[in-house]
Formats: sequence, structure tokens, C-alpha cells
Amino acid sequence: MSKPLLQVRDLCIEFVLEDRTIEAVKGATFELAAGETLAIVGESGSGKSVTALALTRLLPVPPAEIKRGEILFDGKNVLTMDASQLRKLRGGRIAYIFQEPSTSLNPVYTVRSQIAEAVRLHRPDVTDVDAEVVRWLDAVGIVDPAKRMHDYPHQLSGGMQQRVMIAMALACQPDILVADEPTTALDVTIQAQIMELLASLKERFGMAVILITHNFGIVSGFASRVLVMYRGKIVEQGTTTEVLRAPKHAYTRALIDCIPQLGSTDKRLKTIDHAALDAA
Amino acid sequence: MITTAPEPIATVPATPGGRAWRRFRANKVGVTAMAMVIVLAVVALVFFVFDRLGIPFPMDPDATNLERKLLPPNAINWLGTDNLGRDVLSRLLNGAYISLTVGFVAVFVSLFIGVIVGAVSGYFGKWIDNLIMRAVDALMCFPTFFLILTAVALLGPSIFNIIFVIGLVSWTGTARLVRAEFLTLRESSYVQAARALGQRGWKIIFRHILPNAAAPILVTAVLGVPEAILAEAGLSFLGFGVQPPQATWGNIIADGKTYILDAWWLILFPGLAILLAALSFYLTGDALRQAVETRSERQ
Amino acid sequence: MTSFIIRRLLVSFVLLFFISIISFFIVTLTPGSPYPWGELNPKVSEEVKRVFREKFHLDRPLPEQYALIMRDLFTGNLRSIKDERPVLEKIAERLPATLVLNISALALSLSFGLLLGIYGARHAGRPPDVITSIIAFIFIALPGFWISYLVAIALVDWAAVPILGTHTIGVAFTNGAQIFLDGWWHVMMPASILAIGGIAVQSRFVRASMIETLREDYIRTARAKGLDENTVFYRHALRNSIRPLITGIGMLLPALISGAVIIENIFAYPGMGRLGYEAVLERDYPTLVALNFVTAALVLLGNLVADMLYAVVDPRVRLE
Repeated sequence: MSKPLLQVRDLCIEFVLEDRTIEAVKGATFELAAGETLAIVGESGSGKSVTALALTRLLPVPPAEIKRGEILFDGKNVLTMDASQLRKLRGGRIAYIFQEPSTSLNPVYTVRSQIAEAVRLHRPDVTDVDAEVVRWLDAVGIVDPAKRMHDYPHQLSGGMQQRVMIAMALACQPDILVADEPTTALDVTIQAQIMELLASLKERFGMAVILITHNFGIVSGFASRVLVMYRGKIVEQGTTTEVLRAPKHAYTRALIDCIPQLGSTDKRLKTIDHAALDAA
Repeated sequence: MITTAPEPIATVPATPGGRAWRRFRANKVGVTAMAMVIVLAVVALVFFVFDRLGIPFPMDPDATNLERKLLPPNAINWLGTDNLGRDVLSRLLNGAYISLTVGFVAVFVSLFIGVIVGAVSGYFGKWIDNLIMRAVDALMCFPTFFLILTAVALLGPSIFNIIFVIGLVSWTGTARLVRAEFLTLRESSYVQAARALGQRGWKIIFRHILPNAAAPILVTAVLGVPEAILAEAGLSFLGFGVQPPQATWGNIIADGKTYILDAWWLILFPGLAILLAALSFYLTGDALRQAVETRSERQ
Repeated sequence: MTSFIIRRLLVSFVLLFFISIISFFIVTLTPGSPYPWGELNPKVSEEVKRVFREKFHLDRPLPEQYALIMRDLFTGNLRSIKDERPVLEKIAERLPATLVLNISALALSLSFGLLLGIYGARHAGRPPDVITSIIAFIFIALPGFWISYLVAIALVDWAAVPILGTHTIGVAFTNGAQIFLDGWWHVMMPASILAIGGIAVQSRFVRASMIETLREDYIRTARAKGLDENTVFYRHALRNSIRPLITGIGMLLPALISGAVIIENIFAYPGMGRLGYEAVLERDYPTLVALNFVTAALVLLGNLVADMLYAVVDPRVRLE
């Protein structure tokens, strides 16, 4: 338990567009231990998704450019890995689930075929792939998995599609699961179910989880540590309890304030005053 | 994904049109092609004027000279002569304006019809839309060139008829485009807002819907010109285009058919001219399409 | 799936009706003399004109004319002015040759178009793509009759290769294989030239479709799973990019049949295109109406087949 599983140091990422260059991530530095749950919180444009995708170099290289920094996974620098090492890393050690499950699954292949593809790639020792697929669909709470696996993605509801994505990610038994806004596109009631599912899977299988979200509300009770990003910079880091109780940065305070409180008498929802924050 | 950062944005044009134009300018192939189109148009215009004013330059395209017939390219006749001794280069230049005029005006006719049909269909919707779209689908099943040939043969091959028939047969693409724009924009928030504010139908059409459709319509128009030029050339080749003695690129080739084994230049050069003109328009149109489309796919 | 087929069939019948109206009107409504000979031709007596008018119901009101002509067409009573034979019969004679030619050209267009398009998308933006794109544009801009002529001269004059008609005249092949090859060659030449434009257009569509598909979320998922670029490209992206190929059938068919009018002429190929050209020269109205109708109906059929293919390729359509 000495060396952290993931170490990100001074990560700087730019996007070169046709008329300007955007600095998406400015000097991000953080660590993740095995089995730990980290939440990266921030609004759109804060750089949190970009950081997550950069972990396995999933960013499209033009226009994105990783200008500086190190991403050490299990001691090896991801940024200097060759193609075949990268392919083993993706899915096999670090797996992803994305925000829009309806467009993240290939519409012309069945659920079974897409999960089986991942299993065959990363776990060639598995002999009965179909049984494995059923097992994982069951683990994510899909009813009648043996039948459902022959369905096409569009035949499933949003919540079920996200469960399939989770099954597909976990079937490869990764060390880290990166969940990029996994519940944002889903119904509020389904959101709670998915977060519960993730929590229980985390308990059961012990992988580390990086949860990307703009919603501080789902962070407590799920993540043990939190990183807050604002405009590409990490403005606050710490355990969830610390950060929630005594936020040091103005932005963090503003974000926490934004969570609507049951029983409050405010007539308006709070918003974030960017101008004031930028000036600070 | 990533939206904006608070850095001051450099000189980005404000309007979508401005940005599209900028993108087009950056496309070297497109700009070259458009330059070619402009050159062709100018050449056609210049020689049209020469023709009307009776200036024979480089030579009189109608002057026959049987002593100099069927000569390969030489010092005097850079592109050779035809079976009546007429200078091929002069005839090519003289015929340019026919091809381009047919191209432009036929497209104009098809745009006119297409926009009206598409607008009516998209704006009124329901059974009118259904009826019109079925008719459009049916029309699109017809092999266009054969339809054009049939109509021109029956009407008589005058330049007016040719332009009219080509336009009458080619409007379906534009109609579908315009209809699609109308259908999407009809229900859009700002059109509903305009209606709520009491704006009348026509105003909504012209101020809100058409400007959005303008760009794809322009692309269709530019891409329609070479189709018209090729159709006219085909008609001329079969003898149903603009009649001799007026030169058109197609009928120079048609005349040359008989002498094909002896006089390859009668086939090669007019064909190259057609190819060059069509290529220039296609490349320009494609570059325009790329410049315009990029806008919608960026978030 | 069956309801899908039934719905498409119903729509097709409506379209067929519209097609018949358009075919009829093109010929009938065109101003000008309804007679194939000049209005003032002194050699033609009033009696002959009267018989002509009666035969083609020219004195009846338009809707009735339409109905009667259509009836005549389908009962085989509509006869060509040139040789008095039923129009449908003449068309039926040419149909096999036309089908062979156009289906070959279609197959060539789709297959080579697909290959070229995939190649361009795989190397998008880099020199191989730029070169193939330019070639594609030149092919699209190429006047069909011009290139046919050049190719025809080249083959006949320099290489002494026979290309006209459906088989080489004057040589008696004994071997079945030779006969087949000879026939195949005579179809492939015009079909290839017909297909040039089609290949180019399809390749552009396929390329654009692939490039767009590669931007989709599920491609990111495929990469995130650790799949190599080739698998992502050929297994995940390709199948989703085939739609334009199928749409292309609907677009290509009318263009091919159109192009065949000139190409069949040049290669002396006995198909419907040639029949059409002759009919135009002779102002054979019955044949013209029938030809326009039949060719459009064929395209309609092709579109129907294309729609069925959509259902095969895309499960979302199948399960509507």
C-alpha cells in the first residue's frame, strides 16, 4: 500500500482550435490509491472530463495537446507508453463509463457482442464468454440477463443502458473505473439507483473509482476524497468530510452553497459569480 | 466537451456567414477552384461581347476555310481546325458562354421552383406536404437526362427550351432541402416567439427561415451548375442541344464524331473544356459545403 | 418487419401512380404538333390524321386520354408509331440487356465506391486521401460521352479490340467459356464507363459518412475498451457508415439509366437507352411515354429493394 496506483503530476493540456488555443487543464496534480474513491467536481469547462480522458490518452490528438506533465499508472508513465501497452491499459486496467449511455453503445451490435468483445480482449483465459456476460449483467442488476443480452442498445431504457456500460467496463476487471458524469443524462430516480449500484459494486470488487461530476450532492456518501476544479486548475483537494465542512476556496464554498437545501426558505437558487471568483 | 475559457478571443468574425467564409478562404483547393470559375465566367462574358460586337478574336469562329480543314494543332490554329476549316480554339471560346449561361440560368430556374415548392410544403405541412413530397419522390425516380431529352426533342432545341427543361427537372433537391429547413425551424423557439409577437407568416419566412437555409441552398446551386453544363453538353452531343452553326462544346465533339480517327483534337479539347468547367464548379461547391457544414457539427 | 414491407409497398403504388401521370404529361402536354410529321405536311391527308387522333384518343378530354393511354399500355395496345408493334413488347426485348448493363454498373459503383471511400477515410487528410479525392472529383466531372469516345477509339484503333454490341460479330466461338467471356467483355466496357461517375460519387459519400461516424460516442467507447484502431475502424465504424451506400442505390439508378442513353449509343449496345434515343429521333410518342414510365418504375423497384436493405443493415429500422 506504499505507492499510489495513479499519480498525476503537473498535467497541462491545451486545445488548438482554428482561431484560438484553449488551456483546458493547467498543472493538475493529484494521486489515487488502490481501492480509493476520488470525486472530481467542477462545472462544464473546468477541465475535469479532459483530465479523466487524458489518463489513457483518449483525447483526440489534434486538437488536444498534452503539453507537460506525467501520468504514472502503477509506476509507468502513460504519456510515453507505446500503442500496445496503451491498449492493454485501456479497458483492462482503467475502464470508463460515459455520460450518455444511449450514444455510447454501438447501435448495430447486441449487448452480448459488445461485452463479449471486451472480455475476449482483456481476459483471454475465460472459456465460456457468454456465461461471463450473463454473470456481469446480473451483477449490475439487469433482470433476465440471458435474454436481455441479445437485445440491441436502443431496446433498453437509459438506466439499463448505463448498467450495461458498467457491466462492460467491470467485466474486464479493471483497477480503476472512471465514471464521467454517469448519472447526468438520467432521470433523477434512476440516478440514485445507479449511484447505489456503483457503491455496492465498489464494495464487492474493490476497484478504485474516479467519479466526475458537477453535482456535489452525489459526492458525499460515495467518495472518500474530493478534488475541486475551476477553469482548468485544481483549487481544492482533501477528504470529503474536510472539504464539505470547511471549504478553503471561494469556489468550493460557492459550489456547496448551490446544492438546494430541503426546508430552506430561499426564494431563488444560488448561482456562481464567476467574475468575483476570477478577480479573487 | 470543453466550452470556453475566459481568454480574450482573437479576431473571430461575428456572423456564421463570416466564419464560413473564413473557413472557405483557408481551403486552398476551394479557393483555386473558385478562381477558375471566375476566370471562366469572365472569359465567357468577354467572348460573348466579342461575338455580339463582331470582333473575331483570335479568329472568327464561324469563318470556314476549306483549304485549312482538319488540321492538327499548329502555329496559327492552336487547337486545330474542324472539318470546315473553322478554328477550334475560337469556337471553344465562343461556345463557352452557352455552356455557362445554360448552367447558371437553369440552376436559377430550378432554385426558384425548388424554393417555392419546398417552402409551401414545409410551411403548411400535413396533407399538402404529403402530396407534394410524394410527387417529388416520383419525379426523382425518373432518369433525368432521358426526361430532358424527351422534352427538348418534343419542344425543339432552342437555348431557352433547354434551360427551361433542365431547370424544370432539377429542382427536387432544393425543394427537399428547403422543406427540411422549414420543418425544423417552424417549430423552433424563435419562430414561435416571432409568432407570439404577432409577426405575419411571410415575414417569418423571409426574416427567420430563409436566411438559415441560404447556405445549403447556395451549395446546392453551385453543385447544380456542372450538372446543367454536362446535361447541355450531352444534348448537344446527341444533336438536341443548341443548333449549329452556333458552337457549343458538345456539338464540336458531335461534329468531330465522324472524323474521330483522323482528328482527335476535335474530341479532346472541347471535352477538356467541359471537364475543367465542371471540375471547377464541383470543387468550389464541395469546399463551400465543408465551410458551411463545419458550423453545425461543432458544439 | 411485415408491416414495414406493407407500408413501403403501399407508398410505392402511390408513387407509381404519380410516375404514370408525369410520364403521360411530359409527352402530351408538350406544346407542338402531336403528329410525328409536320402539321402542314401536304403529303399527309386529313384522313390519316383523323385515324391517328383516334388511335391515340387525342380528341378526348385529358383525364380520359390519360386513362385510355394507360389502359392501352398495359393491355399491349399501345403501339409504336415506327413499326406498329406493342410498346411493351419492344421494351421487354431490350430489358434483359439493360438490366445486365445497369446492374453491373451499379455493382461496380457500390463496390469500388465503398473501397475507395474507406481508403480515403482511413487516411483522412493525408496525401493518399487528397489524391483519391482529386481523382474522385475528376471522375464526377468527366463527361460520359467524351470518355467513352476516347476509350472506344483507344481500344478499337490502337488495340483492335471489338467493343460494339453484345458479342463480337463475325467470330464463331465454339467454347462455352469463350462465349461467356466475350459477352461479359461487351457488357463490362460500357458498364465500367457508366460506373465511373457512380464510383466517384459513392466514394465521397462513404468517406464522409465514415469520418462522421468516427466522431460518435460509441467509437470513443470502443477505443476506451482497448480495441486497436483497425478493429475500431472496420468493425465498429464501418457497419454504421454503410447507409449512404444504400441510399446511393436510389440516387445511382436513375443516373445510370440516364447515362446509358448515350453510352449505349456509342457502344451500339441494344438496351433501352438506345431504344429511347431512336424513339426521340422519330418522335415515337407511345414509346417515349412507355419508356419514361418503365424506367422510372424500375428505379422505384430499386428504391424498394434499397429500403429492405436498410432493414438488414440497421437493427433500429428492423424492429420498428
